Amino acid sequence: MSRKISMKQAINEALDLEMRRDPTVIVMGEDIVGGTGAHGEDDAWGGVLGVTKGLYAKHGNRLMDTPLSESAYIGAAIGAAACGLRPVAELMFLDFMGVCFDQIFNQAAKFRYMFGGKAETPVVIRGMIGAGFRAAAQHSQMLTPLFTHIPGLKVVCPSNAYDAKGLLIQSIRDNDPVIFCEHKNLYGLECEVPAESYAIPFGEANVLRDGDDVTIVSYGLTVHRAMEAATALAKDGTEAEVIDLRTLSPIDWDTIIESVERTGRLVVVDEAHPRCNLATDIAAFVGQNAFGALKAGVQMVTAPHTPVPFAPTLEDLYIPSADSIAVAARRTLAPGGQSPRIAA
Amino acid sequence: MSATMSANPFPLGKDELLQAYRTMRTIREFEERLHVDFAKGDIPGFVHLYAGEEACATGIMMHLNDNDRIASTHRGHGHCIAKGVDVHAMMAEIYGRSTGACRGKGGSMHIADLSKGMMGANGILGAGAPLICGAALAAKVRGDRGVGITFVGDGASNQGTFLESLNLAAVWNLPVVFVVENNGYAESTAMEWAVSCDSYVDRATGFGMPGVTVDGTDFFAVYEAAGEIIRRARDGGGPALLECNMVRFYGHFEGDAQTYRAKGELESIRASRDCLTILSERVIEAGVIGRDELQAVDREVGALIEDAVRAAKAAPLPVAEDLLRDVYVAY
Amino acid sequence: MLNERIKPIVMPKWGLSMSEGKVTGWLKRPGSAISIGDELLEVETDKITNVVEAGETGVLRRVLGEPGTVYPVKALIAVLAEPDVPDDDIDAFISAYAAPASEDDGEAEAGPQYHTAETPAGTLRYAKRGEGGPAVLLVHGFGGDLDNWLFTIDALAENATVYALDLPGHGQSTKQVADPSLTGLSQAVLGFLDTVGVERAHLVGHSMGGAVSMRTALDAPGRVASLSLIASAGLGEQIDHGYIQGFVGATSRRDLKPVLETLFADRGLVSRKLVDDLLKYKRLDGVDDALRALSASLFADGRQTGVLAGQIAAQIADAGLPTLVVWGEEDRVIPAAHASALADTAQVAVIPGAGHMVQMEAAGKVNALLKEHIGKAS
Repeated sequence: MSRKISMKQAINEALDLEMRRDPTVIVMGEDIVGGTGAHGEDDAWGGVLGVTKGLYAKHGNRLMDTPLSESAYIGAAIGAAACGLRPVAELMFLDFMGVCFDQIFNQAAKFRYMFGGKAETPVVIRGMIGAGFRAAAQHSQMLTPLFTHIPGLKVVCPSNAYDAKGLLIQSIRDNDPVIFCEHKNLYGLECEVPAESYAIPFGEANVLRDGDDVTIVSYGLTVHRAMEAATALAKDGTEAEVIDLRTLSPIDWDTIIESVERTGRLVVVDEAHPRCNLATDIAAFVGQNAFGALKAGVQMVTAPHTPVPFAPTLEDLYIPSADSIAVAARRTLAPGGQSPRIAA
Repeated sequence: MSATMSANPFPLGKDELLQAYRTMRTIREFEERLHVDFAKGDIPGFVHLYAGEEACATGIMMHLNDNDRIASTHRGHGHCIAKGVDVHAMMAEIYGRSTGACRGKGGSMHIADLSKGMMGANGILGAGAPLICGAALAAKVRGDRGVGITFVGDGASNQGTFLESLNLAAVWNLPVVFVVENNGYAESTAMEWAVSCDSYVDRATGFGMPGVTVDGTDFFAVYEAAGEIIRRARDGGGPALLECNMVRFYGHFEGDAQTYRAKGELESIRASRDCLTILSERVIEAGVIGRDELQAVDREVGALIEDAVRAAKAAPLPVAEDLLRDVYVAY
Repeated sequence: MLNERIKPIVMPKWGLSMSEGKVTGWLKRPGSAISIGDELLEVETDKITNVVEAGETGVLRRVLGEPGTVYPVKALIAVLAEPDVPDDDIDAFISAYAAPASEDDGEAEAGPQYHTAETPAGTLRYAKRGEGGPAVLLVHGFGGDLDNWLFTIDALAENATVYALDLPGHGQSTKQVADPSLTGLSQAVLGFLDTVGVERAHLVGHSMGGAVSMRTALDAPGRVASLSLIASAGLGEQIDHGYIQGFVGATSRRDLKPVLETLFADRGLVSRKLVDDLLKYKRLDGVDDALRALSASLFADGRQTGVLAGQIAAQIADAGLPTLVVWGEEDRVIPAAHASALADTAQVAVIPGAGHMVQMEAAGKVNALLKEHIGKAS
């Protein structure tokens, strides 16, 4: 049965269902139980934003609070994965990757290749990404392009509760290391989600809206901005196709190329910084593989080449807006389809 | 020659002693052969040799089974051999052959054999410590009495990963033994300068676990100390730290001129602190094993290494399709 | 006062979840004389595009629904009236036309759209529409669900109490299929009828659901008032095995869409939402196992294993079981030629321009046949 739940609840439900299904699934992270060793409630917090709240009551010690020690526990999750468990480690804010990235990109990501195909490391590292939470420069980054760059990692970034549940279940069942990026500003967003378990395969983009005039590709929060832009464009008679990548590695090139071959116009939206991100990646790929189909230069809409600012006025300017996406789409439709040179 | 055998004063029977000697001799022969062949240019990349440190790996690993995990270092050949990784597969790996332990994808610094509980040599210093906490956690969750051993040099003992792991293992009460292989040098930098505490026992105490320091050139000292703390970990007693003071017979890597060493230092340690010689003399002196028996082992090991090199050189190289294989289980 | 000679044409409500529809184009021009069953316009919902047929006669006096515009269900989109009705009356009718009740009110009035029944075969989801009259049970096909009847259920509910269920392994029913044979599914159907307290029902089965309905009529003749077999399995061995394999194997939108296009004469009817909804179903734990078990049991080696044509023909002849056979002429999954198996014993209608999902693609015609058949058999 389907009912409306938030992305936060969907993530909680996915963890709950997989822990019930598979005794090798364990969950660890700072404050994910949220009270271990203190004198009050055992699971006072259930995660810093309450995502894992209630799971301790159901699964007990299979949820583990950790010392504030990212290298150690992320590495432990990876080591446990290489020894037959399926750990889900919460990194709280994926910005904290900075202090444990070695364990992820030099260890987990490389085991299988470096050991000649003889290792499996089914670990999930999940945490919050993205701006708009007034959390400033060290708690608001996307960093998705960094993870996507690394062979051996899979990178997932859902835009809604339905996808979050199905992609997290797939991440846990998947036999490769997965970085599961949760946009903190989508936690409260509700949609219809089946109560049952289901897995969404990786590498399959979701087409949220059909259109023949321009293709808009995005992921995470900006998918919703792209949909707003598409609604605005429709009022002018421009039908935009909106593609939600859902997984960044693997990526669904076929859906992007097929759409661009039909529309001839492409806007790529990434909340990450403008250099070497998903937008540049997709623009380059389309340029190389579907150049003949393009009727206009590819437009990229991204955050600027700055850290995430704190002041709300600035942060609101930082995140790609529906307006900026619509403007970019119109630019592809303008005669000549060329844009003025944009400073990065 | 060994007509009069005395009562065995050692904690190991004769067969086990012979096995210990064979393991140490295999490591020595393996490394010395690499030293020669590397200088000839036969081996790609670079290698870090374990010669001189054999008693440590062997004394510890004799307490382990295939269900126990170890996380090794860049200087990992000795750990691999002592943990039972196939010598032919190791040699082929070092030669970059498709018959190698990692099908030629890893090389000297990444030899692994998970079926033997060997979770990999590691090119990132200190990186094995968190991983072995995970291995120990898995054993604890499964309740299979497995233990995890991680090795660091004195250099990597300063890494945050190592120090964080000491704390995590203590907090989670994990069956982990942290082995500090203190050979006095972090590459070229002296341990005495780079490690701020006087004793690793103090460091262990600071993290709420027992620490033991032994003479790492004395196989029996290592064997006995490791036995006690591994048993304790296996029984749920929690983590411990074992410092093995030992010597490195070669440079940090092959080609290291070792000019940071004092004059005569190498000659001195080779003469007085060779763990193989120390073990041989003791078992011969005690009349438990005859010199001829050890020499027989030496000959067998020599033949084994010779065969491993011959086979590695004759083995096929990885081909173009292998470049893209095994990045993911499925993608 | 509204003139009774003026007849509104409103945005239809197809199925249980439709709240709005887009007028894609008019098939009749203003001023045309309209007969019952004439195709007036095309409406696109998020699930499917379909033709709105006239339910009454008159002249198409006003066309209000603009092509490309979305209207809520029950919104006035055209007006039919006799030629002698004055324009002023029509204008007055339009300006006085009551805005449609909101979706929430409608739902409160009609009760919940879906129910569940705890049956021996597990929890089964069903819909129930209409009150009084004979009981009708709609049984969907392989991989389908009760929404396959979205153009059927309300039409039949005008004169009957109509149930549509999700078979085990399907829709939002249990994904456990204890016995993946026609007998097993037939037992599930009988258990469902027991649970909802229906002693005897007119069975309307589509595709695999037709074979299940036949099995039920053979095993429990007293429970089946009549049979309506739509593009039914069980009347011959042939089936498009590529379709079955493709449907079972598809895990992505790109794989599934061409498979689903096999179901319709007009491939354009397969909308993004239709594909997405099926993918959402197929991703549920247990569905893959259920579909594989059913296809191995019922369509092994690319042939239908449960051919009941001979037995059911005998049953029809011996027991006087009223039976209707409906097929889309362009059915690419099960050939329309299978209808001839019952040509001597049942009423057979082969509808041109429609495919395997004939009850959706030619809903008006199929609904009329069903109503007439059930009416006569009751």
